[in-house]
Amino acid sequence: MNSATSPQVLALHPFRRSFIELNARERARSLMDEGTFEELLGPFDRIKSPWLPAQGVVPQSDDGVVVARGAVDGCRTVVIAIEGMFQGGSIGEVSGTKIACALDLACEDNEAGQRTYAVLLLETGGVRLQEANLGLAVIAEIQSSIIALRRHTPVVGVIAGMVGCFGGMAISAALCSHLIATREARLGLNGPEVIEQEAGVEEFDSTDRRLIWSATGGRQRFETGFVDQLVKDDVAAIRAALRIAFQQGVPAKNRSAEIDKYLAFLAGIDPTAQLDASAVRNLWERA
Amino acid sequence: MSETELKGNRRSRGRIWFAALAGTKCKQLCSIGSVLAGDTDLGGNRVRYLAVVPDPENRFPRARSGELGLEEGWILAKHIREVTEEHQPEVRRPIIAIVDVPSQAYGRREELLGIFLACAAAASAYADARFAGHPVISLVVGNALSGGFLAHGYQANRILAFDDPGVVIHAMGKQAAARVTKRSVVELDELAGKVLPLSYNVRAFAQLGILHELIQGVNADAPTETDIKKVEEALERAIADARVGSRNLDNRLRSPEAMQTRKASIEVRRLLTAQWRGS
Repeated sequence: MNSATSPQVLALHPFRRSFIELNARERARSLMDEGTFEELLGPFDRIKSPWLPAQGVVPQSDDGVVVARGAVDGCRTVVIAIEGMFQGGSIGEVSGTKIACALDLACEDNEAGQRTYAVLLLETGGVRLQEANLGLAVIAEIQSSIIALRRHTPVVGVIAGMVGCFGGMAISAALCSHLIATREARLGLNGPEVIEQEAGVEEFDSTDRRLIWSATGGRQRFETGFVDQLVKDDVAAIRAALRIAFQQGVPAKNRSAEIDKYLAFLAGIDPTAQLDASAVRNLWERA
Repeated sequence: MSETELKGNRRSRGRIWFAALAGTKCKQLCSIGSVLAGDTDLGGNRVRYLAVVPDPENRFPRARSGELGLEEGWILAKHIREVTEEHQPEVRRPIIAIVDVPSQAYGRREELLGIFLACAAAASAYADARFAGHPVISLVVGNALSGGFLAHGYQANRILAFDDPGVVIHAMGKQAAARVTKRSVVELDELAGKVLPLSYNVRAFAQLGILHELIQGVNADAPTETDIKKVEEALERAIADARVGSRNLDNRLRSPEAMQTRKASIEVRRLLTAQWRGS
């Protein structure tokens, strides 16, 4: 069986291969056609965070981001994978600039007539607090780069878990042309602990796992329209989802530009009452 | 004085500077009290000013102190896209974000209803305006924090800020950062003195090379006519500069300050570009 050309056949295969269990480099490789994976600015280039050593944190020689170019389902693609196991997938100066620059280079290629898709594997808590202001600055640059590129070609975000996608990078996810998530994924702006600290335990109990998953889990995000495809934790299923995302192309209107729709949706909310996940699902279905 | 104003320990600088720059008589375009939008003439340009301000009556309780909440994000997006979708492509009107946002809104409703998307709506509206050729200028008059700044201001072609102790541009508010990192505020300040990107001081932020101009000698809380004139001139210079500059954010890496403090960013871009093009 040719795994490069038959993802849908693989999806039916009884032996699933977990995507979540893979590290960032393996994740990127697993999505690319056999023999096409080419890592750029890899660990041997040894560009590390200049800010971590002074704070007693051992830097990593890829700063937790893998940029790989190759083919996905026969299409020229750059896959950018964030390593959730390094500093919680947090975005620092180097890791963030790798992401923004790779997107910009894909944009240049598209503008020059060479169709290049982009896939972001998002496992990140957002800004790396040890690089605070530069972390936020590069997230703004990533967002600008996504917005520039998505006019030409689909920018596809994949949130598989287990870290999830939070903070400024949740905003980046929302800018993607197409979002894919598993049930093990979470997507939200503010983490549960931060909401509890800022707003109190009555607002959000960060120890209530059911509440957390019901509010920000992949299934809820899919059922309330924030995510386009909900997939199993399976390499073949994610490859099949990417194929669908590529086939759909650049959306006529990005979700982040659906102003009238979301303002109408919010107008129907009664904020004097606290909300739960099922109420939001019901409201969304009626919207 | 309202609870919100007491909490902030000062009047809303966003409101003060919107009134000072857009004028008290300019037609208020917004349907909600927490976002101000209006058009005014500035140096031959018909500019749109936008600000997010405290509104004790905000129907979303977690967004009453000037935070960037659900409706704030989408309403900003609406009034930005109004300008970009005008049928006068030969006149790309400037859009000016007056920034004084303490944070994004923290709340359960906000998460459930997709505040990350509301922030993305505003950020993408600003960025699309910039790519379409509108000068997008951000004027930081107070706080520019975290997701609030990503949504409202950080996508500008040019960012201006007052050189004032009340101006704080940061990834996370100091109190919240202390709680999250389990450090005291004093410890946080000590560390920030040693590691430049951690600093809460706007002069240290200016060393990162992201700011176009740090505006000196302006009374941020009670501007005089002279102060307002000075800020308007700075805005006009920034608009003129944005009109002739590139439409992406590469100017942030080309400033003399960035050459010093963002060597790693510059090296990543140089090497990655060479490898991408070389193979």
